[in-house]
Amino acid sequence: MLDKVWLVLLFPLLGFLLNGLFGWKFKRGLINLIACGSVGLSFLVSLGVFLDLLKLAPEARHFEKVLFPWVVSGSFKTAFSFLVDPLSALMILVVSGVAFLIHIYSTGYMHDDPGYVRYFSYLNLFTFSMLLLVLADNLLLMYIGWEAVGLCSYLLIGFWYEKKSAADAGKKAFIVNRIGDFGFALGIMLTFVIFGTVYFTPILERAPEVLQYGGAAATAITLLLFLGAVGKSAQIPLYVWLPDAMEGPTPVSALIHAATMVTAGIYMVARLSALFLMAPVSMLVVAIVGGVTALYAASIGLMQNDIKRVLAYSTISQLGYMFLACGVGAFGAGIFHLMTHAFFKALLFLCAGSVMHALAGELNIQKMGGLKKHMPVTYWTFLMGTLAIAGIPGFSGFFSKDEIIWKAFSSAQGHFLLWFLGAAGALMTAFYMFRLLFLTFHGKSRLTPELEKRAHESPNKMTVPLIILAVLAVIGGYVGIPHLLGGGNRIEKFLEPSFGQVSKAVETHHSGGVELLMMIISVLIALGGVYLAYTFYIKKTELPKKLAERYRSIYTLIYNKYYVDEIYNAVIVQPLKFFAIICWRFFDVIVIDGSANGLAKLVGLIGNLIRRFETGYVRNYALGFVVGVVIILGYFMLR
Amino acid sequence: MNLTLIIPEIFLFLWALLILFVDFFTAEEKKHRLGPLSLVGIVITVVLVVFSGQGQAFGEMFSADYYSLSFAIIFLGSAFLAICTSIDFARERIKHQGEYYALILLSTVGMMFLAASRELLSMYVSLELTTISLFVLSAYLKTDLKSSEAGLKYMILGAASSAILLYGISLLYGITGTTVLKGIQAELVGSAFPGPLLVISLVFIIAGFSFKLAAVPFHMWAPDVYEGAPTPITAYLSVASKGAGLAAMVRVFFGSLLPVTSEWIPLFMALATMTMVLGNIVAIRQSNIKRMLAYSSIAQVGYILVALSAASELATTSMILYLLVYMFANIGAFAVVIAFYNHSGTDEICEYAGLSRRSPFLAISLVIFFLSLVGIPPLAGFVGKYLLFLAAIQKGYYWLVGVAVLTSVISLFYYMNVVRQMYFRKPTKNDPVKVSWSLRLALVLSLIGVIAVGVYPDPFVSLISKAASVFVY
Repeated sequence: MLDKVWLVLLFPLLGFLLNGLFGWKFKRGLINLIACGSVGLSFLVSLGVFLDLLKLAPEARHFEKVLFPWVVSGSFKTAFSFLVDPLSALMILVVSGVAFLIHIYSTGYMHDDPGYVRYFSYLNLFTFSMLLLVLADNLLLMYIGWEAVGLCSYLLIGFWYEKKSAADAGKKAFIVNRIGDFGFALGIMLTFVIFGTVYFTPILERAPEVLQYGGAAATAITLLLFLGAVGKSAQIPLYVWLPDAMEGPTPVSALIHAATMVTAGIYMVARLSALFLMAPVSMLVVAIVGGVTALYAASIGLMQNDIKRVLAYSTISQLGYMFLACGVGAFGAGIFHLMTHAFFKALLFLCAGSVMHALAGELNIQKMGGLKKHMPVTYWTFLMGTLAIAGIPGFSGFFSKDEIIWKAFSSAQGHFLLWFLGAAGALMTAFYMFRLLFLTFHGKSRLTPELEKRAHESPNKMTVPLIILAVLAVIGGYVGIPHLLGGGNRIEKFLEPSFGQVSKAVETHHSGGVELLMMIISVLIALGGVYLAYTFYIKKTELPKKLAERYRSIYTLIYNKYYVDEIYNAVIVQPLKFFAIICWRFFDVIVIDGSANGLAKLVGLIGNLIRRFETGYVRNYALGFVVGVVIILGYFMLR
Repeated sequence: MNLTLIIPEIFLFLWALLILFVDFFTAEEKKHRLGPLSLVGIVITVVLVVFSGQGQAFGEMFSADYYSLSFAIIFLGSAFLAICTSIDFARERIKHQGEYYALILLSTVGMMFLAASRELLSMYVSLELTTISLFVLSAYLKTDLKSSEAGLKYMILGAASSAILLYGISLLYGITGTTVLKGIQAELVGSAFPGPLLVISLVFIIAGFSFKLAAVPFHMWAPDVYEGAPTPITAYLSVASKGAGLAAMVRVFFGSLLPVTSEWIPLFMALATMTMVLGNIVAIRQSNIKRMLAYSSIAQVGYILVALSAASELATTSMILYLLVYMFANIGAFAVVIAFYNHSGTDEICEYAGLSRRSPFLAISLVIFFLSLVGIPPLAGFVGKYLLFLAAIQKGYYWLVGVAVLTSVISLFYYMNVVRQMYFRKPTKNDPVKVSWSLRLALVLSLIGVIAVGVYPDPFVSLISKAASVFVY
């Protein structure tokens, strides 16, 4: 199966082409079959690849497949070639698996949309791009996937393009991502200049010899690459596109937040772990950006009333955790959290979609309440997701998040302050998630009478994926039970070959007692968050209002998301617009257009002149022929 | 004598006779079926070409090698596409369809012999077989004045150019005492100084071949003939006839005249420059799409001449690949023009206004073909031009490549003018343009070619580079 790894990519690509080119002729059933079937097959192949990889000895789990050479120019070589190792094998499994469930769910959710085929062809392309990004064995091919993912997000966020807010959100996502992509592109070029190749294997193997530890080159490369990751994975300061991205259909949000797109940045940093380890400054930057984002985004999440917006900020915050893990050298923990997050975040978004589906697109949680009795399946699955993300022991999020917070404290690159950022964020996470749960599903119904009548459970097409994801959100963490609790932390051992010498660099020297203590603290924090939410929104429902009135200014600041969008607009967007207008009015219209038009006129005049020779008389043509021969002969004779 | 080597040529010749024979017994309203019948013959010939062996026959005169194989496939391909585009056109507007198809096949037989011959006289005879069929085909619309005029002009000027070519050949024979290319090369290696006689013969030979290629200043016949000839013939002429000229030119110059490169390389550089500049600039002023394409095809030859001046293995590879790429894009573009003409009876560019709304498929196809002709990635034209220019860069002809790139930019202007008409102007009529199955086949094949060679050029390049290694540089 390893040799057939390219099939993973082929199926979604074919699905995209078939539905994209001929879908308008197809019947619904065929469209569904192509769209879901292609990703399903891709998942099966991924599973085969994964199992085959497991059969090999841990140190032999490295397989490269060259499909065909692509660009060969002097010493620069790239190919369409793929790298299968524990990291990419796990990623393709998660990406194709989650994407498959989202495809199925979408057949129910998008049922009445006139852009049905367009939707599914984009969705397939999205999956294909992400898989390409993950499987690439060189930076350039990864960049193709990287850009294609950006394009698909643009297409899908702006899917309902006749709505201005959706079109704007699509543009915002694309433009903000461009800033990061620019850094990524520069990073790739610098890597090529220094290493003379863009392939991962030689870069990672030779990084310790070629780069000086903590040297300028190592720091520059990794910071540029990290800029790309910041854009794609929505970290401070480039996170602003992600909350707006929910203008797209909700399953798309699930896809963006869970399986494709935002995890790309984490994956890239993890893939190039050996490079990052050579640059301690960059590692620190990664850890701080991750930790601060984790806390910052969680704080915004506390006050939002839009169900999808809360989830969006929670994604930014969770991605912050993953970067925090990478920044302290715990790449395995970061990827572990990426996987569990993919399960529970996809689940939460799809539940939100199910709620919207039932309530005719209503998003404001202040207008919901008591939905538990109308939609039991959605409620119970949402509860599982909430327990997982809040880090309640026994659910998947607990294992991965606790691992990160512990590593932030204990690793050689860790620090108490980093631990504090993570722990405070965890408190908020538990709070806002249970706030969301209580306001939506518990308490008295605040629905309008029409909606009250309309509210219903979603069809099976939608609830079955929810149930599967809920199961995964619960048990997904058991592959990484820490040693302390008697587990073998199998996932990190599995991923170890991909990170090479990393695990040794961040070896911990704390006793089991400290680890147990920290684990108990983080459990208490999570439970504290839940308790607070319970008091605020179930027991003393008047409390939030009172608090908001008392701390009016802080409340408004956070409610308005720290006014970051407004600040960006005033400081960056408006001056740029002004500059663009000057360029346009003066430079473009007068200088460029003027010279271009002048040149065109000149060429036209010459053309007119030469055209006169084309008289239509055979004798003139024959003469021209002879004159040509004579002139050439003359040239040679007089030479 | 090894007759098995020329089985494909013999087969195609017999198939042409078969078409004529069947034509006798076919009712007038069923004669359009002769088109598909010719297509079948071409397909069988392609199979025969690929599977017939390689080797030499008739002494040194005939050589079946990768070089002749590559060209034969290009000629057969363009004949196939040209016949695809002909079927409706011929049914509606042409009398004597049997002879029409047979002449196309005979012309192709001539080209195949041409690409395989390694001796000047057999080369000349094949060239005549090719061109004389084309004279007749150009004048095929007997009642149309423009067509008759085109045929007559083509014939008179073609005869004049043949005379000059023959004169050059006779001089070369006089110098070296042989007409076999290998022998000529051996003679030239030995001689100390070529002398003026050789220069004169070279100039005459180049002039004669340049006429077939329609390189400036021997191009003047082309716009008139292209405009007047039946459009499928124009498409065929613009690719296959040029290909024949190129096949002969490369075989003569790389196969026998490499010892005296300093004598002819500057000449080709001058021709290339003039051809690119003039072809592109005059094309801008054209209001008739066939005339515009005529000048554009003159300009395209200029790019090929850039590589011809480089005289290296890569140069040969790039020229043959470019011819292949150019075949798909140019015949594809003509297929759109033919479809449009069949429907509306006009070739004026301004009539293309709003075609994107009337027939989106035709419009987008034309855009793709034009973009490939300009050389925009990821289409085939990009790969083709890249290799052509790379060959010249390797020899250090930076200024020549500079001119080529600049004139490519100019070419964007007139191609995009048509695109502007199709996409940004309102249509005057709203009826969609009907496209028959045969035209659709030609369009789809050309599209596949333009995209496939562009996205994945590797197998094509490696096959064609085998053809290039026939010569010793």
